[in-house]
Amino acid sequence: MSAYIPKERTWYHTVLRALLYTILILFALIYLTPLYVMVVTSLKSLDEIRNGNLMLPPEDPGLAAWVKAWSTACVSVECSGIHRYFFNSFKMAIPAVAISTIMGAFNGYVLTKWRFKGADLIFVLILFGCFIPFQIVLVPMATVLGKLGLAQTTPGLILVHVTYGLCFTTLFFRNYYAAFPDELIKAAKLDGAGFFNVFWRVLLPNSLPIIVVTVIWQFTNIWNDFLFGASFASGNAAPMTVALNNVVATSTSVKEYNVDMASAIYAALPTLVVYVVAGRYFVRGLMAGAVKG
Amino acid sequence: MSTIDRPAATRSGIVGWLQVQLPKIVLSPTCVITLVFVYGFIIWTTYLSFSRSRMFPNLKWAGLKPHENLWANPVWYKAIENLVIFGVLYIGIATVLGLFLAILLDQRIRQEGLIRTIYLYPMALSFIVTGTVWKWMLNPGLGLEKLMHDIGWAGFHFDWIVNSDMAIYTVVIAGVWQSSGFVMAMFLAGLRAVDDEILKAASIDGAGPVRTYVKIIIPMMRPVFLSSFVILGHLAIKSFDLVIALTGGGPGFATALPATFMYEQTFTRNHIDVGAASAVMMLITVAAVMVPYLYSELRAEKGVQR
Repeated sequence: MSAYIPKERTWYHTVLRALLYTILILFALIYLTPLYVMVVTSLKSLDEIRNGNLMLPPEDPGLAAWVKAWSTACVSVECSGIHRYFFNSFKMAIPAVAISTIMGAFNGYVLTKWRFKGADLIFVLILFGCFIPFQIVLVPMATVLGKLGLAQTTPGLILVHVTYGLCFTTLFFRNYYAAFPDELIKAAKLDGAGFFNVFWRVLLPNSLPIIVVTVIWQFTNIWNDFLFGASFASGNAAPMTVALNNVVATSTSVKEYNVDMASAIYAALPTLVVYVVAGRYFVRGLMAGAVKG
Repeated sequence: MSTIDRPAATRSGIVGWLQVQLPKIVLSPTCVITLVFVYGFIIWTTYLSFSRSRMFPNLKWAGLKPHENLWANPVWYKAIENLVIFGVLYIGIATVLGLFLAILLDQRIRQEGLIRTIYLYPMALSFIVTGTVWKWMLNPGLGLEKLMHDIGWAGFHFDWIVNSDMAIYTVVIAGVWQSSGFVMAMFLAGLRAVDDEILKAASIDGAGPVRTYVKIIIPMMRPVFLSSFVILGHLAIKSFDLVIALTGGGPGFATALPATFMYEQTFTRNHIDVGAASAVMMLITVAAVMVPYLYSELRAEKGVQR
């Protein structure tokens, strides 16, 4: 704790504390405003939106916009709602998160506990992949996906997300396992445990915190991705973010702001739920790595 | 870190060899993927930036022509100008705001967890969601402007999102809203790591709170500043989704960024060559920032281990 403002109960102190809370609450309200606007707009009718304003609570809240967004809103030319794309995103994110996390765990294990000559160099080369602007791989990737017959498909997107997620998952597990005591590994090896056995019996039971961090990171990034989705799967296999952008951009005679906002909520909900349920662990784990050095 | 002794190969032949090589075999798919999909593709795109590719990749050599075309395109200059404006303001404001909120939150606040969660939640959202919501809030007819009129401020005028000169600043506003909480969390973790003894010593010396923060604590946050610059800088250069959802790069090309420029050249203007040239420029910019940073991080890590 590095709290500084003194604890004495003087009038100066009381004013200072009041000011402190006022500023903090003011900022909390500012951060909450877009979420509030999103929710109330989605519950209003178009008439109410036109006659009222952003902040007014809905007079007669209804889920009509939510139903329309889900099942009949127009995404480009097709008007069957966003539900298909919502499920597309799950079909893409769940396998991609699972595969990249498992591979990252083994990579981290090899790079820290079965080190060989050149292991550090390999790690640095993998790590650099986290930081490239993905524009540099778009055209080659589109060509390769086309050759593999995976263009415009969910498996194609899974391949892409596993590929460009590996550097992050490897980084997380490698840093976590580097701090894991070598003695325990040595003891298990003396007992005759082999490569997979050591991992299964010694490391895996102690890996929950880093698995949580990695899964949240990967799920959030993959669910929220737009660039890859728009480049490689803009049709029926499009993920939710691409569909949301299409819903908003689709020009019909009347602009349905309530349907736009309801669609945005569907797109935001999965990652928000993950964040609210497990965000604590994520921040704690990520910060342990982010502030060192 | 000590390398752990490998168990001696007890079985000879292929099985024994496989056992010894098992760790490398497990790592090899990632190595191959990285080699092909990262480094191979970088070389591929770089080659395309010297080729005659138009609507489809074409391997015929064109020399420097695509790069010349890139640097003769006024939209590319606009994109760079916008990246500088956006990058400086986005990084600067998010960092200052994040530090400010972290310092305020670090004063033994009641309900700290709740407030922290509120500052942080935008981080969980897609930039497409952020862009969609802010586009609606900044809608010139029905958004903020109408709200102010209803409250009684009849003269309030706010059309930045459709104003060519101001639209880029709406991207800054939405970006800061999304990312500043994350910066706050990093600074908060940094502040929590400050040794209490240092604060006591400063207090005994008679230094007031402002002086203590400015002279002692904030300079100690150097590594956090660095991490925050690197993460935000990296997000700024890659910024694509936010602009697409918020302004679509418009009005006109007013909010074009290198990432949107590349996408448009490649996928809608049938100029894969020029798109590739712009992607190479983006990579060089990122590498110029990241390579020294990664190098210093890894050196620091080795130093700790020894």
